Amino acid sequence: MFKYFISLQWKAFYRSASFGKSLGLKIFMAFIAIYFSLVFLILGIGLHPLLKEAFPAEEPLQIVNRFLLVYLVLELVMRFMLQTLPVMTVKPMLSLPIPKGKVVNYVLLRSLFSFFNFLPLLLFVPFAVFTWYETRLPLLSMTAWTVAVVGLILCVNYINFLLKKKFADDLKALLPYLIIVLIFYGLERFRVFSITEVFATGLNYVIEMPFLTLLPLLLVFALFKWNQKVLKSRFYLDESLKGKVIEARSQDFEWLRRFGSIAPFLQLDLKLIWRNKRPKTLIFISLLIMGYGMIFYPQENYQNMQFVFVFVGIFMTGIFMINFGQFIPAWDSSYYSMMMAQNIPLKQYLTAKAALITFSIVLLTILTTPYVYFGYNILLINIVCALYNIGINVPVLLFAGSYNRKRIDLEKSPFMNYQGTGAAQWLVGLPLLIVPILVFWLLDKFVSFEAAIIVLASLGLLGIIFKKAIMEQVTQSYRKNKYAMINGFKQTGE
Amino acid sequence: MALNKQENRMITATNLSKVYGGTQVLNIEHLEIPRGQSFGLVGNNGAGKTTFFSLLLDLIQPTTGNVFNNDITVSQSEAWKPFTSSFIDESFLIGYLTPEEYFNFVGELRNRNKADVNSFLQKFDEFFNGEILGRKKYLRDLSKGNQKKVGIVAALLGDPEVVILDEPFANLDPSTQIRLKALIKELTDNSEITVLISSHDLIHVTEVCERIVVLDKGHVVNDIKTSEATLKELEQYFAGAAVKVKEVNESSENIL
Repeated sequence: MFKYFISLQWKAFYRSASFGKSLGLKIFMAFIAIYFSLVFLILGIGLHPLLKEAFPAEEPLQIVNRFLLVYLVLELVMRFMLQTLPVMTVKPMLSLPIPKGKVVNYVLLRSLFSFFNFLPLLLFVPFAVFTWYETRLPLLSMTAWTVAVVGLILCVNYINFLLKKKFADDLKALLPYLIIVLIFYGLERFRVFSITEVFATGLNYVIEMPFLTLLPLLLVFALFKWNQKVLKSRFYLDESLKGKVIEARSQDFEWLRRFGSIAPFLQLDLKLIWRNKRPKTLIFISLLIMGYGMIFYPQENYQNMQFVFVFVGIFMTGIFMINFGQFIPAWDSSYYSMMMAQNIPLKQYLTAKAALITFSIVLLTILTTPYVYFGYNILLINIVCALYNIGINVPVLLFAGSYNRKRIDLEKSPFMNYQGTGAAQWLVGLPLLIVPILVFWLLDKFVSFEAAIIVLASLGLLGIIFKKAIMEQVTQSYRKNKYAMINGFKQTGE
Repeated sequence: MALNKQENRMITATNLSKVYGGTQVLNIEHLEIPRGQSFGLVGNNGAGKTTFFSLLLDLIQPTTGNVFNNDITVSQSEAWKPFTSSFIDESFLIGYLTPEEYFNFVGELRNRNKADVNSFLQKFDEFFNGEILGRKKYLRDLSKGNQKKVGIVAALLGDPEVVILDEPFANLDPSTQIRLKALIKELTDNSEITVLISSHDLIHVTEVCERIVVLDKGHVVNDIKTSEATLKELEQYFAGAAVKVKEVNESSENIL
């Protein structure tokens, strides 16, 4: 039976619509995977000598034992955001004569082979080998320690699924647990009670009495059983497999009316952003990016490299433009045929998108004004960057949008989500960021700061002045690519 | 007389064909649909019904030929959009809107204000059967049948002159099917609206449409003015088609 599941899985992988098409993306992901593997492996090999050198008074193993709990918690957070239990794929199996238990077991066992479980092995196994070699601890003890650590990591694997089931839709319910974590952190900080010490002591017992390694393994087994029970009880179409229905509230955004003929599209876009997971998360990301300046502005060594501030300026004032704009019109992909058949002039549709992004740039620019604290030149650069974004980058992004062919699922989380990403997204990054930085850098270096500012601002203003003609070109491109876009957006699956 | 006929035509397809990867899925030499006609399109799966409608709406590019909607070449101008409306499939619905918001959005695209839309929707109370309005649900959370109701009614909003509905009867419950038939009849009896419908259900189309065109593998094989005998004729045709397929299969088996 398991053989069938595995062959199905394999088919799902290499027959998926994106397999052939986005080979570039696959290579990119593979590259990321290899990169992380190497980093972990090097860290695993180097950890023992590094710790020895940094803290000569202490045993590296003891330090690792104390930090392991922190590591596991961080890993849990990571997994919570990135890893999902692929339950949806079993939907077609429900009506087939396959025992439920088998499907559940398959799903749970399969999760063991996740990349998230493989990565820590690269870190801890070399470290254990190195430690054994250096400290001459009994082989049995060191093996027991390694098994215990792997066991704990697998516990995290299953705890994550339990947490996800419970809290994925209701993040607010996580708050009490977060507070508990913070309390432990506080106790640790003020040296009242150290949970990491307790944890380290536990691991030391494992080294002393290797049979204790069975405890984490038993814990993994218990968590497996628990997961099994939860999954089995929810293995019905109307339970976990079906999406949750939230009560809808009508909103009108009546105040948008004053924008005249583009008002209905603005209203639609605001609803799109507010009611769907992926675009909604982008808003929060955009606000987080506002802190970007704090990384660069206080640094002494950037003061003579003002072109870095242009990068920061374009990025901060245009973060929503970049995040939202790069997937125009793929946000509307699930109903793009309707948009094309309805009484919607393309130009009006695009003007509305441009207006929304322009509005976001103005808003974000206002939000960045407190950075004037670090000097008037920063305020000036940010305003000029905003002008450049509005005049040049908005049309460039919209134009690149006409080469979007990939559908976007609005309800999926944007973390590590490459859905809808194609060559167009990678190519457009170039002119967006590099051109203004280059222009600024050249003029600033060879002429003067003022000249650089004036030229960037004029470029933006030129874009704004000739907006009509530019938008006409963009519209032409959308018209030309219309059929390919409609066809591309219809392709579901990945 | 000839001139009069010219003025009366609403939709014309000339020399229209569509080829996908070497396979011809549609080939219509000439098809004219006069203003105010209720036009039915029937055919088996893959006969080219949806392809034809998609070409009418300029959602796909014709390989050869043109479609004219009120003398406007649909692939060259957008001027047909204000008087044409359609519901092809769920990709015509915006999942994250409530039905009310969706109607208002479509209404706005067709220059109708909220009050217009509300009074328009009142006519459909019976059709909606209390399952659409005021239920505090997004369209994506409605059942397939209810989604379809929303799509069909939205396609009638704003006094369009041409209404295109692909498989409007599929997925609807029996009561709604009957109500929809009454609705379409009322629409075409009293006004100049041209309605184009495709369906697998021969009974429904013969009841609603004055003219029925049968498509088979992209070709027009029959063009009937609906009468009492039409249903029989169509049933015989499709039963014959089934027999023919069976025969072909059997003979090919014999060869093997």
